[in-house]
Amino acid sequence: MPLLDVNDLTTHFHTRDGVVRAVDGVSFHLDRGETLGIVGESGSGKSVTCYSLLRLIPEPPGRIERGTAMFDGQDLLQMSPAELRRIRGRRISMIFQDPMTSLNPFLRISTQLIEALQTHQDISNKDALKKATAALEEVGIPEASKRVTGYPHEFSGGMRQRVMIAMALITEPDLLIADEPTTALDVTVQAQILDIIKQRQNDLGTAVILVTHDLGVVAGTCDRVLVMYGGQEMESGTAEQIFYAPRHPYTRALQKTIPSLQTKGQELYTIPGLPPDASKPATGCAFFPRCPYPKNRDPMGERPDLVDLGEGHCWAACGYCDSSAPIESVLAKADEAIVDPLPVEVETAR
Amino acid sequence: MLKFVIARLLQGILVLLAIYAVTFFLVAATPGSPFSTERAIAPEILAQIEAFYGYDKPTSERFFTSLTNVLQGEFGPSAVYANRTVTQIIAESFPVSLLLGSLALLVALGIGIPAGILAAVKRNTWLDYIPMSVSMAGICLPTFVMGPLLALLFGLILNWLPVGGWFGPEFWILPTATLGLYYAAYFARLTRGGMLEMLNQDFVRTARAKGVPETTIVLKHCLKGGLIPAITFLGPALAGIISGSFVVETIFQVPGLGQWFVRAALNRDDFLVLGLTVLFATLIVIMNLLVDIAQVALNPRLKYD
Repeated sequence: MPLLDVNDLTTHFHTRDGVVRAVDGVSFHLDRGETLGIVGESGSGKSVTCYSLLRLIPEPPGRIERGTAMFDGQDLLQMSPAELRRIRGRRISMIFQDPMTSLNPFLRISTQLIEALQTHQDISNKDALKKATAALEEVGIPEASKRVTGYPHEFSGGMRQRVMIAMALITEPDLLIADEPTTALDVTVQAQILDIIKQRQNDLGTAVILVTHDLGVVAGTCDRVLVMYGGQEMESGTAEQIFYAPRHPYTRALQKTIPSLQTKGQELYTIPGLPPDASKPATGCAFFPRCPYPKNRDPMGERPDLVDLGEGHCWAACGYCDSSAPIESVLAKADEAIVDPLPVEVETAR
Repeated sequence: MLKFVIARLLQGILVLLAIYAVTFFLVAATPGSPFSTERAIAPEILAQIEAFYGYDKPTSERFFTSLTNVLQGEFGPSAVYANRTVTQIIAESFPVSLLLGSLALLVALGIGIPAGILAAVKRNTWLDYIPMSVSMAGICLPTFVMGPLLALLFGLILNWLPVGGWFGPEFWILPTATLGLYYAAYFARLTRGGMLEMLNQDFVRTARAKGVPETTIVLKHCLKGGLIPAITFLGPALAGIISGSFVVETIFQVPGLGQWFVRAALNRDDFLVLGLTVLFATLIVIMNLLVDIAQVALNPRLKYD
């Protein structure tokens, strides 16, 4: 039995401008100790997927419409608030995107670190503080015993994210959800933070869901990958399958955007167009309007089926585009087609 | 912190000196004198009265004399009420206002802050709408409407409480309620605003993700920051509330300090005006200092400097 088995998770936001389908029928599973990467560009529903698991989305306007999330045999989505509180912070912990605002500026680091311990365990202040200091040392904060009584504003961004990691792992949870833990940090600090997560994962045997829009991060850290777009699954599989044999046009295009995989001196590739407007009901393949592949036919509102390519490699098999060819040839052809790019109009009137 | 307090107190003394000087010369520049009456007074008698109070000297000399006296704690005689000194008048009436103000403040904080917290936590429910509508009405309704209404209902119709005087605890209730509810309305709105801002912060989500119960999130994570707007308002409110409210004291016949502010100005009682100004300014300076200390205590990102 997997540690976490999510089925048909659907979260909508009912706003004044209409229903935003942030997550639209996503399924995935995760074994103990495993790392799952959820990848996609901004607005693809990665973060909302994670928040929905712990029911941290603001309700209203958000609502989990349907689906199940079986965690160790219990459905997270059907639990009472009291039951859920016993899971939060004890068995499932979370790290957030922005360490500058995710720590409470009014409370000491020590207070915030031992809070999860004292909420879930019967532990004395002294023991909890000892554990908190040890937790800070484990994430590489120098002079931990001195700094533990400091306030968040006395820490740098990278240090705060270390504190967040220490705080999330202090109860030795079964699952750690890291929602873009490195997005708000310097590139030099990003690698350190990922290393710390990986190292602590090895020490504790924690399963990790790593949300990111950086495919490079996924390659180095994840066992399995879920590629999302427009609140839907585009492709999923092991890291090797996704990197060496991507099947979905979106995965391929996303891979093309990794700067280090592109020829130096060449203009960096970006996927043309904008992420889909989630307030419009998704018809057919969400990526269809931006897909660089030659189009066969209009999707006419049919959602593509998830097709298993074997060994757990799934993709949203859209038949609307002819996606058999490798993306390089498609992009090369597209470049040839635009021989004379349209002159850029300089707006002088304003 | 000691350095901060001393520096602020020295600043406060300068502020008080400036206020004293400005008030003194404004009063001196006002046409007429405390001794002009409708009846004609013999010039010899007037000259004698003026000499008694020091008004025969030039203004600048009077200023330094009075300043020296004030610095020695002597505010002089009342220019209108014979045989009473300014200090006596303040000593009689200030305790009354202080008691009324303290009681009203307890009511204001005791009702306003819990109502504000509740409204913020239960925002957009009837637990938010009802207290907030009531507090809006409380702010809009002046005390000179609220006071007589309360007196009418509890004093005359229900006949539960006395409507005027200051002779014992049952006389305290209506003035306290009138003054306290008005400030409670302010505190409720300020607290609600502060708490809402805190409840929308990312760190609240972090706390929820840790499994922290909602009550703890509100009281431990949000209250400190959420009270900052109310605390900021508390300084000037406190000075105003304990130095007496003319309206409330007049409605309920409370022998407090508030009425003296008005009487002193109307009577051109120069010494009393100056004494009351110094008292009020001192209160404001002290309250603001206390508020600043409280702000630093609440917010670890602030430092004394």
